[in-house]
Amino acid sequence: MVLPALFFYLFAGVCIACAFMVIAARNPVHSVLYLILAFVNAAGLLVMLGAEFLAMILIVVYVGAVAVLFLFVIMMLDVDFTELKQGFLQYLPLGALLFLVFLLELGGVVFTWAFVPDISKAFASPIPPLADASNTEALGAVLYTRYVYFFQASGLILLVAMVGAIVLTLRHKPNIKRQNAMQQIARTKATAIEIVKVESGRGLS
Amino acid sequence: MTIGLGHYLTVAAILFTLGVFGIFLNRKNVIIIMMSIELILLAVNLNLVAFSAFLGDLVGQVFALVVLTVAAAEAAIGLAILVVYFRNRGSIAVEDIHLMKG
Repeated sequence: MVLPALFFYLFAGVCIACAFMVIAARNPVHSVLYLILAFVNAAGLLVMLGAEFLAMILIVVYVGAVAVLFLFVIMMLDVDFTELKQGFLQYLPLGALLFLVFLLELGGVVFTWAFVPDISKAFASPIPPLADASNTEALGAVLYTRYVYFFQASGLILLVAMVGAIVLTLRHKPNIKRQNAMQQIARTKATAIEIVKVESGRGLS
Repeated sequence: MTIGLGHYLTVAAILFTLGVFGIFLNRKNVIIIMMSIELILLAVNLNLVAFSAFLGDLVGQVFALVVLTVAAAEAAIGLAILVVYFRNRGSIAVEDIHLMKG
């Protein structure tokens, strides 16, 4: 029984240390790399909770897409990050105060909560035993039937986000030559060539 | 020494507060602020999945999936806005953004 506890403390400790380094690192590239490590360890925690599908999705979506997007933007923009780091210590007291207040409040919640006595009556869809269905199978059976509208809505959110991101960043530079299909199609023999009679010995002037 | 729900909730609470702390600490750098928001959403997901696992109810994981989707969309749109803003002004300092009226 000591092995799960060991892994829990390993994942949780690395996750929290990386989360701290995300906000404390000097270089934003290092921040992103620490963010990736934090997400991988959070995925480990999810595996320990028995949510394998979400753990894999976390790695695919966050490490594969979001973190790479962050990295891409940081490297593409030519930003003077040392200048942005100014005033780092100026906000430290207020931030630390809020950090402590938040932590105390959340600690108060974490250590004093209790379940409602008959909560198991309120379950919408209980997790089936692992022998009947794996986590992915059980999640699919619920997601595509009972919560299919949520599934569709999240797909719609992704579509809107994609269209929005493309519309925001698309731009036409004025001095770049582009293919104009309509102009090409509208070309006829009359507009394309000109027949000139040239007298011999004169040439074109 | 068994790991209970309280352990996971503690980890999520620390992650959440670190995210909030990061927003306050890096007031000038929008990219770090967005990473802090990702940390906050990760803490929320961890809470949802922990409750789902310990209560034996699958709905928490469905909701975590939706939160994940929204987080990805938010990151994409936020970074797109950031790129457009950088093109227009040549900096990403948060203090300049309040000048962007209209």
